[in-house]
Parts: sequence; structure tokens; C-alpha cells
Amino acid sequence: MAVIRDVMPSFDLLQPNSADEARNILAQRGSDAWVLAGGLDSFDWLKDRIKRPKVVVDLSGVDELRGIRVKSDGVEIGAMTTLTEVAQNPVIRENYGVLADAASMVASPQIRNQGTIGGNLSQDTRCWYYRAGWPCYRAGGNICYADTPEGRNREHAILGADRCVAVNPSDTAPAFIVLDAKFVIRSRKDERVIDAEDYFIGPDVDITRLHVLQPGELFTAVRIPFTWASSRFYFEKIRDRNVWDFPLLNVASAMFVSNGRIDRVRIAVNAAAARPLRLKSVERAVRGMPPDAATGEMAGKRAVQGAVPLQFNAYKIPLMRNLVKRAIGGVEEAKWA
Amino acid sequence: MGLIQWATDPWGLSVPIHIAWFLIWVALIAGIAFLIGHVVYVRYFAKPRQFTADPPTPSETEIPERVARHSIAARTFHWIMAASMLVLLFTAFLPKAGVQFDWVTYHWIAGTVLTASILFHVFHASFWLDFGSIWPDRIDMKDAWHRTRAFFGRPAPLPRRFAKYPLENKLYHGAIMIVGTAVIATGICMMFRIRTIFFTRDPYLLSDMTWGTIYVLHGLAGVGLIALIIVHIYFGVRPEKQPITKSMIFGWMSREFYLDEHDPARWIVSRQQASRTPVASRSED
Repeated sequence: MAVIRDVMPSFDLLQPNSADEARNILAQRGSDAWVLAGGLDSFDWLKDRIKRPKVVVDLSGVDELRGIRVKSDGVEIGAMTTLTEVAQNPVIRENYGVLADAASMVASPQIRNQGTIGGNLSQDTRCWYYRAGWPCYRAGGNICYADTPEGRNREHAILGADRCVAVNPSDTAPAFIVLDAKFVIRSRKDERVIDAEDYFIGPDVDITRLHVLQPGELFTAVRIPFTWASSRFYFEKIRDRNVWDFPLLNVASAMFVSNGRIDRVRIAVNAAAARPLRLKSVERAVRGMPPDAATGEMAGKRAVQGAVPLQFNAYKIPLMRNLVKRAIGGVEEAKWA
Repeated sequence: MGLIQWATDPWGLSVPIHIAWFLIWVALIAGIAFLIGHVVYVRYFAKPRQFTADPPTPSETEIPERVARHSIAARTFHWIMAASMLVLLFTAFLPKAGVQFDWVTYHWIAGTVLTASILFHVFHASFWLDFGSIWPDRIDMKDAWHRTRAFFGRPAPLPRRFAKYPLENKLYHGAIMIVGTAVIATGICMMFRIRTIFFTRDPYLLSDMTWGTIYVLHGLAGVGLIALIIVHIYFGVRPEKQPITKSMIFGWMSREFYLDEHDPARWIVSRQQASRTPVASRSED
């Protein structure tokens, strides 16, 4: 398939100055419009001429979507806030270290300076068959080129696959899930606030999207309550190249420990499925137990139950088992194995 | 605006991938338009139905009060098939209409149930039922011609009363058989592309063009079923058809309805058969 990687197809570029203006444009143009945040995912699609929107709505001029604001019940992060700002913000670092860690491990410094929180959460999958423009399930076709005996599927899903085996590549998504964050989505008519874990959807629900954002809607902010602030956090990302890469797998956890036992815990992984997975069965299983090696072992085994490897990604099963083990026990648990 | 969605495969070939989804709305509108048109026709234009002179009526003692029409096995099959068909339609098309849910698993399970029930029906109808009763015969065709002429105001003799099944029922059965066979055959092939308990997944079993054709046929048959099911449910709830619908629930129809609608010479019912079954009928479908 001929792919032109130089010149983008023509489109109307609209640059609203306010969120209201952006919402009106998106409502008017519906599925013809493409929302441009940092542009790191968007320009790939546009330059490869695979996505051909009629209108690109550039949010870079909407200041109200930027910034980190401390509220009475938590912190609100504008969707256009860059990953660097999030990673370096003192309030985030002090209260939500897991998010600061996750944001600081996204790609490279240059990309973090340009990439936004909203974009990182809403980016499309990196499956190369899909991004090459082939007519796979995710592109509206009737085949998954990755889930075949010959398919290159080392980075693909071990859980939750349903025809499509692509994975969600966001590093910050599991951090927001363990922090019980809420995502604010506005349309011209109303505003809806949804739990972070409900923002993402798998192919069983809609095979062509990774999230619930509809045409005409604008992702405006993330609200993080103080519920999990300053709890015991863990974030780890495994990637092929530590200087710059998408996750092969990542894990985030937040827990409160009292009297040497896990009182409350949330744990999530990403790049294991088409949506970040909150491991509720693991959370239930480790509650009341000491955060030690034995608990970590048990949690790791439980986390990978039901995993189905493809031809080239069986390594993800022990990888996920070990990441979950360490997320429960902490970094020192790396020495166990 | 094409009826088929095309795509370019990795080898540069233009292949069909599925039907254009607006056909769902075309089928839905066509089904609803038919029933509105039929309601208007029956209400304002239809003439009273007339049949040829009454055949010699069997004596009361020969016709039981409750005339058996469908055996328990046939009724069970019908309702299982109906339930699975509705699940298939809703799981197939609701996601396309914007209602998102985990539909694939429900869809192939319902498809498996439908396939099993139809295999049972074919076997059951072939060896235990009156197999020929559902197929149009020469009298049906002759009467259909007469009814058509009369509809257009041309002179024609009155038609005879129906055999066990009116011609419309027989034609509907034929249509659902063709469309159902198409949707099942293509659906079974498509199960090789998803993970089920039946087959090892193999998306390269057929060429892209063949797969595309299968998907298009499945889609066409699927949207055809939308219109067919709407029409079927509509006739099922029409007042004058309710004795037939009730017979699919309870298994029998009244002697009066039988004598009004059916020709005892073409659908022979006698109390003699009644002694073999709870209700009397020669044929049991």
C-alpha cells in the first residue's frame, strides 16, 4: 500500500480561543472534525494520509484547558497540560507520585514537552497493521492481521482480545485509574464526568475506538480526588528502549498499609489489553494481607489468569505476573526471583 | 453511495469487506412501510375474502373441537428459533445503531443455537412431519393466479380454501429458508475468524475476496431478515391471524376456524387421529 509520508491532505484548520468555541465547532462538524492536542499521534495519521478529516480543530490556543489547579476536594489537570508539566508539578509529585512517575516515563523529553495529558489518554493504538492503513477490524474491516500464525504480535494483547488484539499504549492511564480520577467530557449540550477506568473501552464494546469520546465531545480535564493522595505508590514501565518507547507493559498501584497489612489498594496494568485493566480480583485478594513476597506471588499469579498468548507475546504473561508482584511488594521484591 | 463497502488489502487488491450499513435502515424502513401499507389496504381497500363453494363439510363427529396444528416439538423449535433469531438481529445491528456492548459472544452463541435448532427441524420435518405440507402445490399456484386477477379487477373463479398452510405462509417459509441458510452458512465460515469453542481460528482459510464475499452475503441476508422478521411479527399479531399464532403456542386451532379457512379435502383431519394424540390431526407440523 502506497503511503505518502510527506504532505498532509488538505483540511480546514480551525483554532478556537476558548473551550466553548471549541465545543461549538466540534458539535457543528461532528465526525468530520479531528481534535488536535499535542499532535504527536495526529500528525502520524495525517501525514500517512490514513485519516483524512475535513476539519482539524487545534486546541493549542485554548488556555483554559491548560494548567494544574488545586481544588478543595482534589486536583484538576487541564486536558492540554503537557506531560512535562504534570511530571514536574510539585503538588502532583508530592501527592500523586505514581502519576508523576508515569508521566515522566512517557516517550522522550521532547515529546513530553509537546504531548498533553488528554492526548496521552486518548491516543490511538500503535498496532502497525492498523496504522499502516490496512482494512483490519479496527479500521472497519473484517480481519486482524496481527492475530494470525504469521502476524507480528510481540507487543499485542494477552487479555481481553476480541477479534482485534491491539493494546492501549498510554502510560498515564493506569496511574489515573489507581488514583480514582474522573475525566470531564463536555459537549455543547452537557458535561459528563466519568471514572477513569470507564473512559476506556475494549473491542468487545467498540472495535474501532479505544475510549468513549464521541464526535462532538471535548475532553476538558482530569479531576483527581485526594482519596489516594500520599498513599504507597508503585509505577513500573517495561519497554524495549528505555530512552524512548511505548510500553510493552506497565503497572501502577496505590495502597494504604496499616499494621503491616494492606488496608486499601488499587492496581492497574496497561498494554496487556485494548484497555487499561484495573485488577479488581487482585485487589480483593490482597486486601488484609501483608505486602510481602508471598502476597506478591499470589497476586501475580491471579493477575494473569485467563491470559491467552499470541504467537510472539507469551513473554508478557510472566512479565505481567512479575510486575504485579512488584507492585504489591515494592521494588525490593525484584530481588526475589 | 455503494451497497458494498470496499477496501484495499495488503496486496493491493480491492476487496469487499461488508455491506454498507445504511442498508440496515433501508430494511427497517421497508419492513415498516410494508406493514403500514398493508394496514391501510386491509382497512380501506380490501374486499371480503371469498372462497369457492363450501366443500362437503365433514360431520361434527369427524372433526374434533380442537384441531391439532403444531406438535410440541415443532412449537419448541419455532420459539427457540425465534428467540435465537431475535438475539442475532439485536446483537448484530444494535452496535451499528450506536448501542455498544459485548455482542460477539452472544451473537455466535445465538447463531449456534439457531443452527442446531434448524438442523433438528430439517431432520424432524423430514421423518416425522408432513414434509410436503409446507411446499406450494399446483392448487396453490392456480389459486394465486386467480386471486391476482381478482385483485386487479379481472374475472377469475373464486379460489379454494387453504390446505394446512396458506400460500403466503409457504412463500414466507421459502424466503426464510433461503435467507436463513445463507446467513447460517456464511456465519459458520465467519466463526473461523473469531475465537470460539468450535474451531481453531484461521483467518487465512480463504482468500480476502472470498472472505469479503462471505461477509457481504452475511450482511445482505442479515438485513433481509430484519424486513422478514418485521413482516412475520406483524402478521402474527394481526387479529384475523391470531388463531394461527395461538396454534403456535397451544398447538391447536378451533374447529370453526379450521372449517372457515381450510379445505378439509386438502388438510384432512379426523377424530380417528385424535385417538393417537391429545388433539386430533393427521399431520403434526
